[in-house]
Amino acid sequence: MTSTGRRLHFKTFVLIMLMVVFGPLGDAVLRKGMSRVGAMASWAPADVARFFFRAFSSGMIWVGIGSLLAFFVAYMLVLSWADYSYVQPASSVALCMVALLGYFGLGEAISPLRWVGILVICAGVLVVGHTPPSTTAGG
Amino acid sequence: MLRELIFYVLIIVPGTGGELCVTRAMKAIGEVTDFRPMALLRVIARAMRNGWMWIGILFMTIGFFALLGMLSVANVSFVIPATALSYAVGTLGGKFFLGERVSRQRWVGVLLVCIGVSLVFIGKG
Repeated sequence: MTSTGRRLHFKTFVLIMLMVVFGPLGDAVLRKGMSRVGAMASWAPADVARFFFRAFSSGMIWVGIGSLLAFFVAYMLVLSWADYSYVQPASSVALCMVALLGYFGLGEAISPLRWVGILVICAGVLVVGHTPPSTTAGG
Repeated sequence: MLRELIFYVLIIVPGTGGELCVTRAMKAIGEVTDFRPMALLRVIARAMRNGWMWIGILFMTIGFFALLGMLSVANVSFVIPATALSYAVGTLGGKFFLGERVSRQRWVGVLLVCIGVSLVFIGKG
């Protein structure tokens, strides 16, 4: 691999790591917040508005949004050079992080089959991760 | 059940479409090489002047609201792996909307992701 190729791989790796930390953290905090908000009563406009008003009145939702914004900035930057069809699956290591946060942090029950599914997804991610990050002229 | 299905479709379709539009905007900006805070702010300001970025943000906002709805009724350890189906949709979008060359190896990876998502769904029951 050339030094340019190594540099591209390194900065892609760093930004994907930031995505893997901030994305799942944001998702787990949002789940915690939304489980307190409760389900939407119906699709009636007043109920939908009340549901989102309750959601955005929760401090925990804003912490989750902050974490997802950090994820989004890292995502935007990495997409300035790397393929979308590379970054998207490569960042799905975050799925394992989400499952671990759900299991240990939120006490969610995860069936063995779901764990297998998550591991298969991660195997897919590894396969994608061994392809070149950019195949377009701009990358 | 219908409510979850509506939320799910809204997460996958507008959510992934939005990401493809954001990618298009960022590709127009070109590779970011300067990571100092002021330089990053300038990059973000330039990105915000691109129409695709705003279309992308609009679609991603719809996807985000649907995600909040889904997380109010289902566990995060189910919702997030289940939405990995967007990888298949995104790879198709990358190929046809962004002109990326998707190798056979990358397709194999995406296929594995899809199989994993199916197992996550079956494992929910």
